[in-house]
Amino acid sequence: MAGLTLDLIGLQLFTGLALGAVYVLLAIGLSLIFGMLTVVNFAHGAFYMLGAYVGVYLLALGGNFWLCLVAVPIIVGTIGLVVERFLIRPLYGRGIDYPLLLTFGLSYVIVELVRIAFGKAGYPFDTPELLQGAVDIGIGYFPLYRLFVIAAAGVVLLGLWLFLERTSFGLIIRAGARDPQIVRVLGVDVARVWLVVFGIGTGIAALAGLLAAPLQGVIPEMGGPILVEAFVVTVVGGMGSLLGAVLAGLLVGVVVSLSSLFVPEMAKVSIFALMAIVLLIRPQGFFGRAGLMS
Amino acid sequence: MHEASHISEPLAAAPRHRASWFELARQHRVLLSSAFLLAFPLVMPFTALAVNILIYGLYALGFNLLFGYLGLLSFGHAALFGTGAYLCGIAIVHFGMPWYAAIVVGVLGGVAMAAAIGVLAIRTRGIYFAMVTMALSQCVYYLFYQAIDWTGGENGLRGINVREISIFGLKFDFIDPLTRYYVVAAFVILALIFLSRILASPFGAVIEAVRENEARARASGYNVTATRLIAFILSGAFCGLAGALQALHLSIVPIEIMHYETSGLAVMMSLLGGMGTFFGPFVGAAVFLLLENLVSLWTVHWQLFVGAVFMVCVLFFPKGIWGTLLQRVQK
Repeated sequence: MAGLTLDLIGLQLFTGLALGAVYVLLAIGLSLIFGMLTVVNFAHGAFYMLGAYVGVYLLALGGNFWLCLVAVPIIVGTIGLVVERFLIRPLYGRGIDYPLLLTFGLSYVIVELVRIAFGKAGYPFDTPELLQGAVDIGIGYFPLYRLFVIAAAGVVLLGLWLFLERTSFGLIIRAGARDPQIVRVLGVDVARVWLVVFGIGTGIAALAGLLAAPLQGVIPEMGGPILVEAFVVTVVGGMGSLLGAVLAGLLVGVVVSLSSLFVPEMAKVSIFALMAIVLLIRPQGFFGRAGLMS
Repeated sequence: MHEASHISEPLAAAPRHRASWFELARQHRVLLSSAFLLAFPLVMPFTALAVNILIYGLYALGFNLLFGYLGLLSFGHAALFGTGAYLCGIAIVHFGMPWYAAIVVGVLGGVAMAAAIGVLAIRTRGIYFAMVTMALSQCVYYLFYQAIDWTGGENGLRGINVREISIFGLKFDFIDPLTRYYVVAAFVILALIFLSRILASPFGAVIEAVRENEARARASGYNVTATRLIAFILSGAFCGLAGALQALHLSIVPIEIMHYETSGLAVMMSLLGGMGTFFGPFVGAAVFLLLENLVSLWTVHWQLFVGAVFMVCVLFFPKGIWGTLLQRVQK
């Protein structure tokens, strides 16, 4: 391990944060949807993949990357709205496993539809011109696009926080997460809130897929492994906790990145070891409420 | 404690005025299931497909013990199935063990893996369980993937050649599809007897009590955590056996056997057939594999149909094909 300097570790740390930013966006959508609807969305990885493919499609139509950043979450989020309204809503009140099973089946359908539309082979995804190259961040040169991913995730989180904390609709969402029955008694249409939350969650997943596309390319199966990793993040952070999703997402990203530097043969397994430790010490995760899952 | 004969179906759904022949059929469920499985290859166009249905049916049966009877949704059963297959294969390829010893090794492998995953996953409940088992099985996938010297890594474990099976001096040609079917069927029937025995035991009643009302089971003095762990390990034994048979059947263990899609197979087959029913997993495996075979003659995108059929099942037939049928007959 010659040349393993502090700067190299620092750069790897930043790489981990960029990866973590993608995890955060996925986990926050999962957590938001679970916190409101108590639905574990197994199609979350499929929506992530769909985001990347809608990006590919829009770019082929002549759109640019910046337009995609706005259009992709809106398009996929709208698909999410339709899914919640017509597929998940009939299952409320039938036990927590049914929506999960439904979204599991849905993920097969989405992946196969994408294969039919775009083929089984993947697509390369060029980094937008403006974001190519590397910048000096003091400890060395770092790819500009990765910095952009971190920043973009930060902007989304800030926007989400402002929406939840500073708007009246956000207030209803927070109240609905705490006690949907009381909110309903107060005359709020909770079903509509759930619909919107599912749309937001899937929209953020799609944005994560688009942001990850230049980093790893686009294939129909890209949503599978990352869904498992997003689950690890959610378990570590605590289901239903947004702060937990953010911290655990960044932590998992850094663990992946540092372990691939120090113990490359264990890189894939490291996050599961992290999850196992958290489960042994604190089964509800960093910020999860004990008893929430029972 | 309920009478043994009552507990193959949800406790709440057992009406008193049931047709007596139906009750009779239920008491002899092992015999009827076995008879069906023995006659099954006669109606199947390809015996190889029938063998697949047997093995996947057994795999789904192991899953169903956990999901259908105990109510724990695991998305990590590929690790149990795969460990059974790999250990059986490793025993034959690397240690030159005879086939029967290799099957035992496979079953023990499934049990050990279930114990390891179970200890961690049981600490969480409800919806976490599906996520944690899925993550841990993905971890097992990577471990087996990287142990190339033992597992062959990406190429899979090759060279599991069992040509002849001899039992008490009798020699059977394992290459012949029909003989192979009946050898596998013998193990599946043993598993059916074992499962029926578990379900009819007091422990079987506790399993269903935990599913129906965890708080009440706990208040009645049953150790819910231990019940879950034991059921998970038993499930591992069934899935390990299925995996070992799969290794003998395929002569190779592909790494895809550990993939999370294999975990999904158990979920789909079990739900399609009817969770919490004795014979449902075999119906589910048969319908799934026949659907896969038929649709893939016509289009490579068979997963679209399988996914759609599964969604329809979740939305409109949550009891599955066999479960819905049983309900109709019961009325």
